Parts: sequence; structure tokens; C-alpha cells
Amino acid sequence: MYEIVDKKDLNAENTMLKVKAPQIASSCKAGQFIIVRANEKAERIPLTIADWDSKEGWIQIIFQKVGASTYELADYNKGDKLMDFVGPLGLPTHAEGAGKTVVIGGGLGIAIATPVARAYKQAGNHVDVIIGARNSELLILEKELDKIADNLYICTDDGSKGREGFVTEQLEELIKGGAEYKTCFTVGPPIMMMFVAKITEKYDLKTVVSLNSIMLDGTGMCGACRVSIGGEIKLACVDGPDFDGHLVDWENLMHRLTAYKDEEREAMEEYQKKNECCNEKKDGA
Amino acid sequence: MANATERPKRKPRSMIIRTKLPMPTQHPEDRAKNFNEVPYGYNEAEAMFEAQRCLQCKNQPCVKGCPVEVPIRDFIILITERKFMEAASLIKTKNGLPAITGRVCPQETQCEARCTLGRRYEPVAIGNLERFVADYARDHDEEVAEIPPKTGKKVAIVGAGPAGLTCASDLALKGHDISIFEALHKPGGVLIYGIPEFRLPKDTVKYEIDYVKKLGVEVNTNFIVGRNKTVGELLKEYDAVFIGSGAGAPRLLKLSGINLVNVYSANEYLTRVNLMKAYLFPDYKTPVKIGKNVVTIGAGNVAMDSARTAKRLGAENSIIIYRRSRKECPARAEEVHHAEEEEVEFRFLTNPVRIIGDELGKVRAVECLEYELGEPDESGRAKPIPIPGSEHLIECDVVIIAVGNDPNPLIPMTTPELETTKWGTIVTETATGKTSMKQVYAGGDISTGAATVIAAMGAGKIAAKSIHKEIMGISDDDDSKVSLTPGTFKKER
Repeated sequence: MYEIVDKKDLNAENTMLKVKAPQIASSCKAGQFIIVRANEKAERIPLTIADWDSKEGWIQIIFQKVGASTYELADYNKGDKLMDFVGPLGLPTHAEGAGKTVVIGGGLGIAIATPVARAYKQAGNHVDVIIGARNSELLILEKELDKIADNLYICTDDGSKGREGFVTEQLEELIKGGAEYKTCFTVGPPIMMMFVAKITEKYDLKTVVSLNSIMLDGTGMCGACRVSIGGEIKLACVDGPDFDGHLVDWENLMHRLTAYKDEEREAMEEYQKKNECCNEKKDGA
Repeated sequence: MANATERPKRKPRSMIIRTKLPMPTQHPEDRAKNFNEVPYGYNEAEAMFEAQRCLQCKNQPCVKGCPVEVPIRDFIILITERKFMEAASLIKTKNGLPAITGRVCPQETQCEARCTLGRRYEPVAIGNLERFVADYARDHDEEVAEIPPKTGKKVAIVGAGPAGLTCASDLALKGHDISIFEALHKPGGVLIYGIPEFRLPKDTVKYEIDYVKKLGVEVNTNFIVGRNKTVGELLKEYDAVFIGSGAGAPRLLKLSGINLVNVYSANEYLTRVNLMKAYLFPDYKTPVKIGKNVVTIGAGNVAMDSARTAKRLGAENSIIIYRRSRKECPARAEEVHHAEEEEVEFRFLTNPVRIIGDELGKVRAVECLEYELGEPDESGRAKPIPIPGSEHLIECDVVIIAVGNDPNPLIPMTTPELETTKWGTIVTETATGKTSMKQVYAGGDISTGAATVIAAMGAGKIAAKSIHKEIMGISDDDDSKVSLTPGTFKKER
């Protein structure tokens, strides 16, 4: 069992859990992920490692409440125990010799962009960071990134903070302004990563994307997370999660992410029904 | 076991019962809708009746057919004497997981294939008897083998599948401290994620693993050797390492459309259903697509498991396509028979050309070609030759690829000192399980490629024997001292 040593609701959508897992904390690197199974009936959910401390032996994960399983995970509190917590999985982000780098994080992707930006910085590269969200309320880890980044650029769809517009617009402006990046790293919703990759392709800028396909075991056993990279099948869990953004078959990735749409809806209805009935019981008592 | 040697005289032919006593099974119509085990198993009277069929041969050919050399004749004699617990203890001296092997071993090509009775009539139902004895012991407070004094030696086992569990229990019975490291959240390997509930109940697997734990074996789940610690790092803490990491990497066909939504590897499909219990969705939270028309490509045991699972999940049509004929099916005869009984449809001499999707990227059909059989190829089997112009579509909403598995690449990838073959298997000495790395042994599917549960157990046993010799400094001449038969048995509580 793995104890939750801290919990914070970062905003209406995103939750942070700090979990005691010394074995993982002593061997993980930026860009890798863990799989959590909260209880006997829960799914195995892959989540990227947002931060860790090898001395204190904890791993921090940040996740978005998008379906029954993540809502259920967000119901866990400090002091509660998670049944299974396994990692580090996947290959670490390769930060050495990247040159001047721009790291772009969208929405929950900012949680992954943060340790990756730190790794690029620690490897001796100049690092600019662009983050974006629908509104200022959903922006996370701004303070942490401000400390890491040489320059931090903020974008919101509604203009409630920073630039009004998408991260892609900010990126193109920086490139046109003569930023001369050697590497671009981007993580966030697939549609955002796809548009980032489309822009950088125009400028022949090497682009690394962190893919979040559906996973089950996370050790290369099931093939659920397979993605098409330059026409070849790769497994996001063992060959990734980082891939060359210019080689990804984005349409296929987005299709495969919808595989369980109907089942997710059913599970969510079930979750809501259960919660309503629990609340009624509480009201009755 | 005194009676085992005082065998009665040869049976007069008139006393020989020519056919196996069939095991009672769930009716195909009922069982195709549930996940309960298909055969019910013998009761005491049935087991004793079948045991009486054994000719009790002096040369025991059946034992030579068993990869772990279970004393088959002698445990069958104990059944005829109603000494079921003694029979169980006797089996456990050679086979740590009898409730499992009694269910999933291909007896028809091993022990039962060598049975003297089988030369003229049907062989003794050895598998059914082994299963009966193991289940009986489980239901009657089985005794746990006595552990000899601790040797102070420590061995790490990578992977809690059949090879690792067997190696672990054999070494624990010699007094060593054993730690198993398993990447998944439950021990059992293919017994847990691969073989379905209706063929091998997970309670049975759990019971057998709990028995191994009672021998003092420590099982660490959620531990990935190669990521949390490398084999080299384990060697700093342990006197030896055994690698039984299995053939867990699915072979995906190079077919156009392989990445469409609802195209599964058999590993994913079965793992969702078996390990994650997707058949109980949404109570259990892992989903699996319930297809109306499910096509499984391949005709091995895993393909049968997949197609029969699809039927149970509610598929109206579960279709197996295979490029050769029924005769060449790599699956056990019993599995093919069970699948046919459950109205799984077989399309032999048919092979996919491509998988076709709809505008949302979901699978909608498989395009196939028909084949005819030609001369034998290098595998010795008749070579399938496509018939020109035989293209046709099979409409479907789920496709399962069950054409085999490759060795799990993680350990070889993170252990450069280990010599591997071009297929990714770890090179081992067959007689000892030794690898190219000092103090490191391997066995099971990681060294042979995908094979059977019992073959993996046999390899785990061989490795246990040589690990014991190496860490205790026993020379090859002293072979007689390393029999892995535990001495006496005592009541656990």
C-alpha cells in the first residue's frame, strides 16, 4: 500500500497527490511516468511524474478529473492509501545537448512540462517555457516554472491572464522574432501538440512530443498504447512516451484515444449515481 | 507409500476399462454465457474409478513424459487406496502447482501420450486425477512441507509466473531466502493475466501462490526489474538471480489497419478481462469492447481463449480465422473441441489481407484470402497457398490478433552483459539454466520463446537445482545430494 502524504486541489479540474514511494523516487527521471491502481476494482491509470524527492521518498502526480476513474482518485485524501503504485515507466526525456530549447505545456500538460523544463535547464540548455490553458484559473505551476525558465510566456484562451490566444501563436511569434531554438518539447492535448508540430515543421525545428495513449500494463506487454511513428508501430510505454513530433500519425492517436468513449460515459453515470445515493444517505443521517 | 512398490499382478484383459471416465462439464449453452470453470472435476468415487484403470507399469513411461517427473503411477495407486492427502503430498515433491498443471498441461502430448493403456485404448486421465488430488488437498487443510534450517543464502527471482514460482518454491524447500520481483500488481504471470477464469479459476491460482508464500517466499509486486533495480544491482544483494520474465510482448501482424480502434492484441484483450475483470464492468472500472462480431486471428490456445472469452462477453458471432486446416491448429485438441461446442465459428484456410476501418477509425471488416494446402514447408506442416481471386470481407467490430508472443525485451535491454539470440530470448544452458552472466540463471518463455506452463515449470526446477549447487558449493559429483524432494511433511497449524 502507498500512502498519500499530501493532497491539494489545484483548481476545479486538477488535483495534486504526493505519494510515499521511495523505490520509485530513488530511480525516476524527468519524462517518466507511474501507473496507479487505487483499489481492487480500479483501473490502472498512467500518470506522469510531476515532481519527486529521492531523500524524502515521495512522488508527486497531478491529474485532471475527466472520467469516473480520475474523479474516484480525487476522492482520496491525505493519509489514505493507494493499493498499487508502480514505476518509473517509459524512457526519460533526453535533455543533454539539446541546445536552446522551448518547452510548451498545455492544460494538464504543464505538470509534465515542469520537470522536463528543469531537466533541460540542468543539462545546461537555455530554456524558454510557454504554457497555456483555457483561463487563468486552470493555469498550474506558474511559480515553479518562473524559477526554472529563462523566459516564461503565458497564454489563455479567454485572455484572463497573459496573452489572449493559443500557445502556437506565441511559439510562432518567438521563432519569427529570431529565437533560434534548436529543440522544442511539447506536451498537452494531442490537438495542441499536433499544431505545435505543424508549425515547427515549417521552421525545421526538432520537436519532441510526450504521448498519452491508452495504457494497461505499461511494460510493453499489451500493445494498447501503440502509436504509428513514421509508419512504424511503437509502444508509448516502453519506446516512449517521447517521440519525434513530425513523425506521429496524429489522426490515428486521436482516434485510439476515443476507444472507450461509450464505456467512460457509462462509468461516469455509475459514479454519479453512487455519489448521489451516498449523499442522500448522509442527508438522511 | 509402502504399497506403491508391491504392485498387483498384471490385470486380466477382461478387467480393463477401455475409455476414460469423462469429467462432468457445464453444458455448452450455459457456459458460453458465464465465466465459471467448464469442467466440474471428479468426485472421490469417480477419481477412484479412473485410478483403477491404471496398469501400474513397472517402467512408468508416463513419468518420462512429464517435464517435472511427477511420480504419476505412485500417486494414482494412492488414489485407489483412498489416500488422497498422501497423493497430494507425493505430487508436491515434484510439482509445486498441481491444481494449475492438472488443468492446463497438454497431457495428451506428454504423460498421457506415453501411457501403456493408451496404446490400445484411451490412456488413463492423468490430468483429471492430478486436478482432483490437488483440489481435494486444498479443501482438506493441506499440510505445508517442512522447511529445513535456513542456509543464509539469498536468491532473487524475476517474474512471478510458472517458471519463477517453481524455482522459488524449490529453493525455499532447500532453506534459502527467496524474494520474487513481479512487475504487475498480482503474482501469477500468464496464469493471472492470460489464461481465462473459465479454464483456470483465479482462486485456484491464488491458493497455489499462497502455498508458495507459506514456504517463506517473499513476493514483491509492482517491482520492475530493469527500472527499479537492474539485474546487476540485484546481484549485489543476492547470491544468485533467476530470470523468468516470460514472453509478454505481443506479436502484431504487419497488416494495414492494425492500429484501428478495437483491434486488440490477445494479450490486451485477455489482460483486460482476466487481470482487470472487465467482464464485471462497470463494477470493476476497466472496460473492454463488447463486439457483436468478433474475429480472432490465429488458432493456438491463446486464440481459443480469446474467441471463447468474446462469446462469454456477449458476442453474437465469434469467428476464428486460420490459414491452415483444423488438423494443423496449434491449440490443444480439447480447447478446439470446447470452442466448437460453444459455437465459436472456424474459418480454416483463410488469412487476413488487411483490416478496414470506418470514418471514425474503428474496425468494420477484415479482408481475407482463401488458401489451399501445398507441400510441407520448413516447419514440416503443409504450406498454405493463397487462391487468386478469393478475396472476401468478414464484417466485424472487434479484431483480436493471437499469432504469438515474443520475449519481454526489458531485461535483455537493461542487462547488456546477458547474451541473447536474434529472437530476443536469453541464451541458457538447457541442462542447468545458466546464462552468459555469472550467478544469473533464466528459464521459461524468456529463454525458449512462448511455450507451455509446464515447460516453464520444468525450466524453473532445473535452474533451482543448479542454483542450489552453485550457492552451496556442491560439485557435480555430489549430484545425489541435491534431490529437490522435501523430506517429511507436517501439519501447518
